[in-house]
Amino acid sequence: MSGRTIKVDLLARVEGEGQLYVRVKDGAVADVRLKIVEPPRFFEALLRGRDFREAPDITARICGICPVAYQMSAVHAMEDALGVTVGGSLRALRRLLYCGEWIESHALHVYLLHAPDFLGYPDALRMAKDHPAIVQRGLRLKKAGNAIMRLLGGREIHPINVKVGGFFRTPSRAELAPLADQLEQALDDARETVRWTASLPMPALDLPCTFVALRHPDEYPFNEGHIVSSGGLDIAAREFDRHVHEEHVPYTHALHSTLDGAGPYLVGPLARYNLNGDRLAPAARQAAAGAGLGAVCRNPFQSIVVRAVEILQACGEARQIVASYEPPDRPAVDVPVRPGLGYAATEAPRGLLYHRYEIDGSGAILDAKIVPPTSQNQKSIEDDLRRFVTAHLDLPEQELQWRCEQIVRNYDPCLSCSTHVLRLEVDRP
Amino acid sequence: MRRRRPKLAVWKFASCDGCQLALLDCEDELLALADAIEIARFPEASRAAVKGPYDLSLVEGSITTPEEAQRIQQVRRVSRVLVTIGACATAGGIQALRNFADVKAFIALVYAQPRYIDSLARSTPIADHVRVDFELRGCPVSRHQLLEVIGAFLAGRKPQTPASSVCLECKRRGTVCVMVARGTPCLGPVTQAGCGAICPAYDRGCYGCFGPMETPNAAALGGRCAELGLSRAALVRVFRTFNAGAEAFRQESEAHERPHDQG
Repeated sequence: MSGRTIKVDLLARVEGEGQLYVRVKDGAVADVRLKIVEPPRFFEALLRGRDFREAPDITARICGICPVAYQMSAVHAMEDALGVTVGGSLRALRRLLYCGEWIESHALHVYLLHAPDFLGYPDALRMAKDHPAIVQRGLRLKKAGNAIMRLLGGREIHPINVKVGGFFRTPSRAELAPLADQLEQALDDARETVRWTASLPMPALDLPCTFVALRHPDEYPFNEGHIVSSGGLDIAAREFDRHVHEEHVPYTHALHSTLDGAGPYLVGPLARYNLNGDRLAPAARQAAAGAGLGAVCRNPFQSIVVRAVEILQACGEARQIVASYEPPDRPAVDVPVRPGLGYAATEAPRGLLYHRYEIDGSGAILDAKIVPPTSQNQKSIEDDLRRFVTAHLDLPEQELQWRCEQIVRNYDPCLSCSTHVLRLEVDRP
Repeated sequence: MRRRRPKLAVWKFASCDGCQLALLDCEDELLALADAIEIARFPEASRAAVKGPYDLSLVEGSITTPEEAQRIQQVRRVSRVLVTIGACATAGGIQALRNFADVKAFIALVYAQPRYIDSLARSTPIADHVRVDFELRGCPVSRHQLLEVIGAFLAGRKPQTPASSVCLECKRRGTVCVMVARGTPCLGPVTQAGCGAICPAYDRGCYGCFGPMETPNAAALGGRCAELGLSRAALVRVFRTFNAGAEAFRQESEAHERPHDQG
């Protein structure tokens, strides 16, 4: 048999719709395509002419799984354009909201989307028949993340409380307090999650790629920091466009990204962990060491363990923010309306999310650019598939296909995100 | 003998995935739900798919490509009861903003490689294409209402979702009216209830993500918002967000776009 094709028409347990195509010819992988077939929704075009204050609510609709990430990148970019800084308790509350999204999104991925692959189940519901306590622990964690989103954001999906300059309404100490007990339980569940994910049967794979993430002087990165890479890149968000290039390829509805001098690169939990391991809280660092994660983790299958470590990190941060919270004097700082160009990158659960906006003197958006994590990861995912299939051509058809699906799921790709910001570019002769 | 569980299918068209996520957000009910109804096709949750026909189909997303327009016909054929969930499926969603653009100029201007993209000029709700048995509103839908729809289906009754406005939910929640007390423009008076009146409870006006209520008086509200200081351009935007394609909101946004109209 000289020719062989692996084809998955609808990738399951990912957010959004995608296809997978691998062609093997004469014993070698001839072609690998991750096709993101989500229909484009043209957000960057839709944003033109809208008021800058609408960006957090509109861009949230790019993704129902990580709306807070879009809201955070949007408000930070607008504040950059308008010369506004948000600090103190308001900044802490933003981190708390982001913790909520990380916990919810990572717990969803670890337990409901990713773990069934390691244990050979088609989904978590069937996994729950044999392992009810495990799935219930995952649901409990997910619920703790959602509780933060609901309390602070107003609701879990597309929260309504985020605005440029801060929040519409900030909670009192008494309103935040009930989260403390839930977070105590979540911390126990998160520690157990790290132990459990580390015990899963782990295929070997080594990823020789460049990692890119935010890095902050003393925090594990959420909202702020420089963009750094394992290859020595160290730039501010406003320099992103000069170093990252996007390409429109025919078979996918999401643009491919490459980094100056490094080609394909990877964002997300592995990149964050590899570039910021020293910024983890002691509890998370110990748990990572106990799980056998080294200082650098290059096996994308192990991303499930890294996500568990990040859940623990986020639960710890959230508990600390709740415990030390002092309500701010005002729910938001004043925001002047003036023309400007603003940039921001924040760490969505799936990795670096870049926004750039240009606004005019009336506050109308003239131009918007959004680069979501999954489109940045597309090329790495394809490289990864190529490497894995090349090394495992002897696997039976069904198993090889399942493994390929699992490789895509290693990245927790959000296909809705990656496509829905496909840009309309003016192509004038 | 145990009665056969009805088969549930979840389908996605142009959308953000948020409304189907609402199903996975039922953390306390999810496992019980899977006992009561067979989750036969739900790609976001399972790689196993049971063949149709399906007893209940939940459809998320709007129709934006020729392929989607064909696929929804097939979904209808294999679905005994078809329920649309969310603003995309019931009103075209935020992507229906393209419906207001000058489509010819829009397409002529656009993208690096337009030949790769096959997109319709308009984003339309599912009911424009096939018969829909029930529409559940919201951007996103409420988890409680979603459970109510599935529960009602299992019990063989009509889902109970209020047709009243968000105002009623504010009263029930004890929220002081943000428009009366603070002069904050609010779409609550014309927006269908169902969210629990979240925005006014967080000191902001409702932005209409559940779409128009039954027989809304959008023109009167538009007039009042103008008195509160909203410009015509702002009024166009206020009615033109996640339910821009819903008839009452579309008409009201267009009324403020016309140069010689009153209001």
